[in-house]
Amino acid sequence: MTVDAPAVDRPAGDSGSEQPPPGGRESGSTTPRRRRPISLGTIALFLVTAALAVLWLMPLAWALLTSLKPEGETTAIPLRWLPTEWTLAAYESVIGGSDVGLWMFNSIFTATVTTVLVVLVSSMAAYGFARTTFPGRKLLLALTVMGIMVPPQVLIVPLFAEMVALGLVDTYWGVILPQVVAPAMVFILVKFFQGLPHELEEAAHMDGASRWRIYWQIIMPLSRPVLAAVSIFTFITTWNNFLWPFIVTTDPNAMTLPVGLIAVEGGYGLRYAEIMAASMIAALPLLIIFVLFQRQVVRGVAHTGLSGQ
Amino acid sequence: MAVRSVARPSRRDSSGSPAHGTPRRRRDWTGLLFVLPFLAFFVAFLVWPLLAGLGTATTSAGLSNPGEFVGLDNFVDALRDPDVWTSLGNTLWFTLLSTPLLVLVGLVLALLVHQLTPGRWFWRLSFFAPFLLPSSVVALIFVWIFQPDFGMADGMLAAIGLNPNIGWLSDPSMAMFSIVLTTTWWTVGFNFLLYLAALQSIPQEFYEAAAIDGADGWRRLWSITLPLLGRTTGLVVVLQLLASLKVFDQIYLMTSGGPGDATIPVIQYVYEIGFTNFRIGYASAISYLFFALVLVIALVQLRLFGNRKESGR
Repeated sequence: MTVDAPAVDRPAGDSGSEQPPPGGRESGSTTPRRRRPISLGTIALFLVTAALAVLWLMPLAWALLTSLKPEGETTAIPLRWLPTEWTLAAYESVIGGSDVGLWMFNSIFTATVTTVLVVLVSSMAAYGFARTTFPGRKLLLALTVMGIMVPPQVLIVPLFAEMVALGLVDTYWGVILPQVVAPAMVFILVKFFQGLPHELEEAAHMDGASRWRIYWQIIMPLSRPVLAAVSIFTFITTWNNFLWPFIVTTDPNAMTLPVGLIAVEGGYGLRYAEIMAASMIAALPLLIIFVLFQRQVVRGVAHTGLSGQ
Repeated sequence: MAVRSVARPSRRDSSGSPAHGTPRRRRDWTGLLFVLPFLAFFVAFLVWPLLAGLGTATTSAGLSNPGEFVGLDNFVDALRDPDVWTSLGNTLWFTLLSTPLLVLVGLVLALLVHQLTPGRWFWRLSFFAPFLLPSSVVALIFVWIFQPDFGMADGMLAAIGLNPNIGWLSDPSMAMFSIVLTTTWWTVGFNFLLYLAALQSIPQEFYEAAAIDGADGWRRLWSITLPLLGRTTGLVVVLQLLASLKVFDQIYLMTSGGPGDATIPVIQYVYEIGFTNFRIGYASAISYLFFALVLVIALVQLRLFGNRKESGR
């Protein structure tokens, strides 16, 4: 069974490679190597990895179990892993007693709009950079790449002043607009677009298709995998972003989930079950996304890193 | 010439004779139209604040008053400000501690998981899941774990018979290590996935050839895998250094820079000067000094690792 499992388990996307069928076959060729009988080494390998995985999952498990305890049990000494009485009281009190629902909505809304804008704006720019030759293109691309170097933290002070001037403090747009600037995503897309074949585009061009049609009906459909990767990666970073929403929102109604969580922590005092319940609520959406879109997430990370190759 | 045809819906005229050469060879201003929306965002929310901040750094501006021009005074003051040096020292110390750990652990985890094909999705989930958590969730969980007496960290040490009573976050000499531990748990999944992707792209033929030559597992690791991961390692180190230098969230949320000022990073100092003391001009100056430092480190890094690719073309 171990022989067949890998072939099924490793579709093309897992290798982070871009050509679906050849990529899949190539990694499929690793199968013979794994046909070896299970050796002592393999067992040791398995045990070490499993121990590390347990270590890695432990903080999450600890937080989850804490969230299911009655408040009185959370500070028991010596420490007890399992609650003697399982309860959802902490979840009920968090959902009923704070703005978690609103923050969840704010996070979903701002992360979704940011992602859509990043994908649209960055892919258009990447098309312009990769597939056309307007004068000044190289200079602008170089500037864009230099933008990757600017730590966002350096921008917070002047950016906040700008938001005050624009009246965007405590608004969705105040949270969204600065995050639309994603030079790294442009760079990733430029690299990908540059690798696409020219034939289709030339044929369309001869048929009189406009640049816009070529971009929208040829380049974009061809780029679905990388666009999915960019979307998911942008969504993850935006959803989890703390510093900027923390700076630009002071009104609890405008806060995103990660920021609201901190605002409410003080209110809970030392009620650990509730704090952990709120944390679990905030952690869940992306964990589900990861389980559903594991391949795209993995590819997203691979693209971020391997784009230079 | 082509400039005139920008507004036209059809590109037919300006493309003239598509028979010779590819369309992309010609000067074509429509491309600029595609880049414009991005440029608008780029200028409005990156270039402009960057320049405006540099302007502000030469003034005595507060949050609502523009202040007056003070030349380079803020920069001079910043260089003389012991708190700037403390926070800079903390940032560099964090970077120095976390970078090797995050690169090495990421590599080891990837090597292990790459070998274990069955259940790979589970290993990947285990090591990558923390990366998906918002920093505030990570901070809340680890402050809880690092609680004295009933926290999980002390509890686990007690379970194996130790009772060290470590002041994980309250002991000034320990706090930074606790934050580094937390950071490793939280973000190593990213490096792990980069390495895993790199491992999967190594052509299998190399290993088959080596196996025929009788190279054993360790030999293959040292002579094939690790050398072929060189470029990825360069990249991981660069990305990690830049990420570590930018540390703020977890420190601010776990220790608020304390105990005392044992863990305060530059960004938090900038934040406090700007948003608590409302000295926007001074805060800008400090952040520019920091930016200059990051830029120097990034450029040195690119010299060391990045240009190899360019010259290879």
